Amino acid sequence: MNYTDLFRATLPETALEVAALLVLVLDLSLMRKAALKARVAAAALLGIAGCGAALWAVLLQGNQGLVFKDTGEFLLTTGGYAAVAQAGILVLTALTLLLLVGEVFTHHIGEYVAVVLMAAAGGLLIAAAQDLLVIFVGLELLSLGLYILTAFAKSSGKSAEAALKYYLFGGMSAAFLLFGFSYFYGLSGSTNLAEIQRAIAASGPSPLFYVAWILVVAGLGFKVAAVPFHLWAPDTYEGAPAPAAAFIASVSKVASFALLITLSLNWLAPGQGHGSLAFLGGVYQTWPALATILLVIAAASMMVGNLAALVQVSVRRLLAYSAIAHAGYILLGIAVHPVYNWQESLISFTQSARGPAALSANAVLYYILTYGLTTIGAFGVVDVVERATGSDRLDAFLGLHKRNPVLAAVLLVLFLSLAGIPPLVGFWAKFNLFAAVLANSAGVVPFRLVALAVALSAVSLYYYLQVLKRAYVMPAVNETPIKAHPVTLAVLVGIAAAVVLLGCFPAWLQGWIGSF
Amino acid sequence: MLAWTIYLSFAGALVQALLPKGKAELSRWLALAVTVAGLALAVAGFAAGMGQGRVIIADVPWVPAMGIHYLLAADGISRVLVLLTGLAAVAGVLFSWNIELRTNEFFAFYLALIGGVYGVFLSFDLFLLFVFYEIAIVPKYFLIAIWGSTRREYGAMKLALYSFVGSSMVLIGLLAAYATAGSHSTSLIALSHANLPVNFQMWCFPLVFTGFAILAGMWPFHTWAPTGHVAAPTAASMLLAGVVMKLGAYGCLRVGIWLFPRGLDPWGFSFIGVGSWRDVFAILAVVGIVYGALVALVQTDFKFVIGYSSVSHMGFVLLGLMTLNQIGMTGAVMQMFSHGIIAGLLFAIVGRIVYERTHTRQLAELETMHLSKRLPFATWSFVIAGMASMGLPGFSGFVAELQVLIGAWSVKPWWTLAAGVGIVVGVAYTWRAMQKAFFSDKLPTPDEHPKTGWPDLGAITWPEYTGVALLVGVSLFVGLYPRILLDAIEPAVKTLLAGGGQ
Amino acid sequence: MSGIPVLTLLTVLPLVGAAIALWSGKHARTVALLTTLASLAVALFVWTQLPADGSMGLVERAAWAPSLGIEYHLGVDGLGALMLVLAAIVTLMSVDAANRVHHQPGLYFGLVLLLESGLFGSFTALNFFHWFLFWELSLIPAFFLIKLWGGTRRGPAATQFFVYTMAGSVALLVAFMAIFLSTGSMDFPHLTQLASTGALEQMVTAHLGPVTLWLAIGVLAGFAVKVPMVPFHTWLPAAYAEAPSPVTMLLTGAMSKMGVYGLLRIAIPLFGHQIAQIRTPLLVLAVATVVMGAWAAVAQTDLKRVFAYSSVNHLGYCLVGIFALAVPAAGAAAQTSQAAALNGVILQMFNHGLTAASLFWFVAIMQQRSGGHRGINDFGGLRKPAPVLAGLMGIALFSSLGLPGLNGFVGEFLIFRGVFPLAWVAATVSLLGLLVTAGVILTVIQKVFNGPVAEHCTGFQDMHHGERMALAPVIGLMLLIGLVPQLIVDSVNPTVVNLLAHWRF
Repeated sequence: MNYTDLFRATLPETALEVAALLVLVLDLSLMRKAALKARVAAAALLGIAGCGAALWAVLLQGNQGLVFKDTGEFLLTTGGYAAVAQAGILVLTALTLLLLVGEVFTHHIGEYVAVVLMAAAGGLLIAAAQDLLVIFVGLELLSLGLYILTAFAKSSGKSAEAALKYYLFGGMSAAFLLFGFSYFYGLSGSTNLAEIQRAIAASGPSPLFYVAWILVVAGLGFKVAAVPFHLWAPDTYEGAPAPAAAFIASVSKVASFALLITLSLNWLAPGQGHGSLAFLGGVYQTWPALATILLVIAAASMMVGNLAALVQVSVRRLLAYSAIAHAGYILLGIAVHPVYNWQESLISFTQSARGPAALSANAVLYYILTYGLTTIGAFGVVDVVERATGSDRLDAFLGLHKRNPVLAAVLLVLFLSLAGIPPLVGFWAKFNLFAAVLANSAGVVPFRLVALAVALSAVSLYYYLQVLKRAYVMPAVNETPIKAHPVTLAVLVGIAAAVVLLGCFPAWLQGWIGSF
Repeated sequence: MLAWTIYLSFAGALVQALLPKGKAELSRWLALAVTVAGLALAVAGFAAGMGQGRVIIADVPWVPAMGIHYLLAADGISRVLVLLTGLAAVAGVLFSWNIELRTNEFFAFYLALIGGVYGVFLSFDLFLLFVFYEIAIVPKYFLIAIWGSTRREYGAMKLALYSFVGSSMVLIGLLAAYATAGSHSTSLIALSHANLPVNFQMWCFPLVFTGFAILAGMWPFHTWAPTGHVAAPTAASMLLAGVVMKLGAYGCLRVGIWLFPRGLDPWGFSFIGVGSWRDVFAILAVVGIVYGALVALVQTDFKFVIGYSSVSHMGFVLLGLMTLNQIGMTGAVMQMFSHGIIAGLLFAIVGRIVYERTHTRQLAELETMHLSKRLPFATWSFVIAGMASMGLPGFSGFVAELQVLIGAWSVKPWWTLAAGVGIVVGVAYTWRAMQKAFFSDKLPTPDEHPKTGWPDLGAITWPEYTGVALLVGVSLFVGLYPRILLDAIEPAVKTLLAGGGQ
Repeated sequence: MSGIPVLTLLTVLPLVGAAIALWSGKHARTVALLTTLASLAVALFVWTQLPADGSMGLVERAAWAPSLGIEYHLGVDGLGALMLVLAAIVTLMSVDAANRVHHQPGLYFGLVLLLESGLFGSFTALNFFHWFLFWELSLIPAFFLIKLWGGTRRGPAATQFFVYTMAGSVALLVAFMAIFLSTGSMDFPHLTQLASTGALEQMVTAHLGPVTLWLAIGVLAGFAVKVPMVPFHTWLPAAYAEAPSPVTMLLTGAMSKMGVYGLLRIAIPLFGHQIAQIRTPLLVLAVATVVMGAWAAVAQTDLKRVFAYSSVNHLGYCLVGIFALAVPAAGAAAQTSQAAALNGVILQMFNHGLTAASLFWFVAIMQQRSGGHRGINDFGGLRKPAPVLAGLMGIALFSSLGLPGLNGFVGEFLIFRGVFPLAWVAATVSLLGLLVTAGVILTVIQKVFNGPVAEHCTGFQDMHHGERMALAPVIGLMLLIGLVPQLIVDSVNPTVVNLLAHWRF
């Protein structure tokens, strides 16, 4: 390993860190006396510039990852689905920064933006990681940033409470994760994913292996808010300031799911061995058991998320539970992978977005990227309404079509997309995901879970319509117009337009993902 | 050319949504222009397509990786149903001429719904069909929830959820079929040749058929229909009963029966006379016919009578589909067209002409209003519409029901007899409603005698005249010259029955 | 002449007239009069154009919906043409009698003309769809005419009328669906031909099993309601009584003939064999109709009801005549009797239509003059204040009784002439009907015209000029036909022979 490789491989992260430092410097020195608005604008622009630079770096990196000199295994990958995830993270981060415009929940703008960028850098690391330690570093970078962001609204008691809950819960799950990682190290003598896999393949999976896997799933399940590790989500979504909540709901999920793709492709995909490697055959048969754990969590998330959302009166909590449900759908996609033919190169099987594993990985990425986009928009709308009416209850949305028709239209588009109504992108994402699941494995269990997912989607229409009903149907209590900052409105309209266009022309994004 | 019906409608919807508030007159005329243009295109397309079989209108790869194409095509059945949509759309706009509340939003949702319906009838790609099918659900919800009357929010939500559940069932079937056929293509034509395994078809068919049949008002999943129809504003009821329920029936035919024909085969065993999914659905259809008619007979709300009569008439469509012979299925499609027109007419009269003037739909109250003297136009329009609904020869319903009955007799005579009972009861409830609402001589209170004349009920406006004339004229024309539709439908049904490819 | 579709013209003419009348308000009656006169002219023209051999003339054929066996097929033979003339005359009479329609005259006359169109259509149709269309079409105006302009209990009367006739129609429809299913055809001549060789029964049995008899019963039921035949007649008295008299003229004069026509055009040709199988029960019902009609008339006090039941009785003779025909393998003598009976039936249809219509017209006049009374006991000694009325009505009454020299006699004579050899029991019992009818009519004459003048009849106005001009020709026609029946028989007989040749029992 030489430092040129390291530099090249971590170019995007570097760009973000540099931008973060620049923001801090700028805000704490030059802009110290400037008005809040100017400071926000400057910090946001700088942050977006940083994201842009990082994005350019991602696209520049190509397909060669960072390799350990000794073993030839990857430490960090570049290109393939990792690049897709990283690009997505960067775009979504930029959007959450745009949402910052007009916010008044804090005066510490520079710190805020810097933390966002650093957390995003952690996310980039996670997406590309192939080594347990790198994973953990990235995960902690991301998580600590998120805890801080949640607490940023100093004047809000809810914010502090949410952050504390998030932190405690998160700390515990990080502990689980580390514990599991330590077992993996113990079982294989290495922290590299590929080496761990080979070692366990050689020696056969032991009960310890399963325990370790369960611990790891617990840790990662927390990050994606899957049942039963979801309890932090409603409070955090409700308490965090809106741009932070948007960031949590989108970017951290993208990063975490990218990580899950990595793990599952490496450890779940291996299947029957052939020929001279037949002695390994018995081993591989038991590995699908790992997938079962994911399937159980997926099913539970879908059900709990959708059913609990039915009774919510706070729109933020509704979004939280719907996030849990969506996480369930995506986990379904992750748990079902094509069988890996040992004759092929593991790298080409897992890493390339055109390899055999591509179908499900692409579908998952498509889903999480578009879901992230939609969620950011949703939080943007909720934020505007909240600031105007002082509450995020369902009743705050009454008569929105009169008070701000554009905002109501954006809300309509985004929520219908979340419900999965064509021709919006949410529908296509679901369809794509389910089609990929069935294409990979049309067995009974995946099929029944797809059926369950579709059925629960139907249920979800009810609670999304509840919000839309308040906005469009029920008479308004207060008819004063709601004003939104032009930049915010522009961003939201842009997101809504993207949702519609991506839904009508799904081939664009799909093609782009597939081109990596 | 037919594809422009879709695009025009959606463009119209968008323009309507962007119209400034307070321009109700502009909004109406724009909506009328768009729907008339759509109708003109539908008629032109129908005329151009006479004698032709299936014509591909557009075939553009949409998501090539998954084999999904933007595939629009029309055969005889599509052309007939597109024509129906055009007529119903124009009539609906005419009967909504007096809407003042949020007029532009009303017509925006209305045109979006029409666009979705056109899309379903013209799609020959399963995925595209599903997309248009789902697009039609949301505008319905808002049309009823905002502009409806009795229990509108409940009716709207019920309708939306039932429709969505139905379409979810279809989605599951779609995904399964796509995966089982090898995930190459979602074109209906390709899937119909895909030779799906019989076991697969045996469970996929009832799933998809039921999913679509929910929207078609099949018993016992019909309960959304009366509630929804009554809750909806007049134009929405006209569209719901007239066109949207036909979406379900069309889906049953185009997707259920065409793609999964083996699903209708006998199971090999039989349980109290039921030996295949065909028997099951035929029985449900017959039950729907009779049940709908019997329940309509005891309603106290005029609109509920019409709502349940829709359930009963749609039963005929489903029964015709289950005959699986040329004449029965032709009859089913004819009934789709005929009932679409007639139901639209009935709801228009009951909702727009009567209810909005008398402000009551209760038959007991209407009995005291002597409407035959005060609203002669409404009275005689309803007489004509009622005759058409009863299946009197000379109107479109007669030929359609005749064909369904003949087709059913070839399969199981008792189906025909039971359906015939439905027709007889149909005469009875139409009779009763007509009698009570228009021709009753009861006085409001014992000593009140209309010596000094009744309060004026408001003149009939030109859109109402035009709308009634349009619908009655079409029903009469098709009733006297059924060939114009039969020539289009029969070859298409023949191809469909023959060309499963299996 | 063969280029002009005369029959279509005839059917459409009243429709056009109806449309004009609807919008004519006060002048609707004039429009209606002109239209009915024109229709009569065309109908008479059709009568003159009949082919000499008794086959179908003025045939028009066009494809309509071939896949369903539906064809636009019109044609008339002697039977049809006579019915057309009758319908035209009766409608003209009805319109003439309706000079007191103040309430919505446009709608009233529009409906009457619509009804006339329905009559013309069903008498000329040779394809089931077209025929059924007009059969049902005539039902609706009749219902509304009773319902909207009728007497005090018009609601239930109209409903009963509608329900019974509808039920009959359903039976007809089901039977014809079965026929179409088995043969693929709805064409009357073609089906007659199939039936005459026995092929119809074979095809039905092949497709549906041994149900031909049930189909026959279904078809018979449909017509039995219309004629009416006991026990399906219970709608008639109420409907006739509650309908305004001009409408009753139409009902009894023309609409009841649709039922008999249907029997002759459809039931017998297609199901002759089946009818022969159940000939006896049918004859029993027919005779019951004759006798019951007569006896019931005795008990009535409302003049309209008297004549209503009397109509039932007279049409009963037609039924007896028709069912008596159903003799399998008739020898030469039997064939002559069949021809006589059939001639008699057709004549009776025409004559009764004429007579009954004029009787009800007279009742209308009496009701108007007396301020709404129409009971037998409400009048007395009308001969003195209204001799012309007594004279003309007397002729009509005697014709109804069947006095030789008047038209009523000819039909009944021929029927009995034909039925006696074929079914002497039925004929003998029917004689009872004749006797009782005679009693009824004479009682009416005695109570209404003879005897002391009742107090409120002293100022009874006689028939004025207009009414005399209207009724005289009708009465004259009764005399003419009574004395010179060849005028009709000469044109009808070839048709009769032709029909009998094609019928297989």
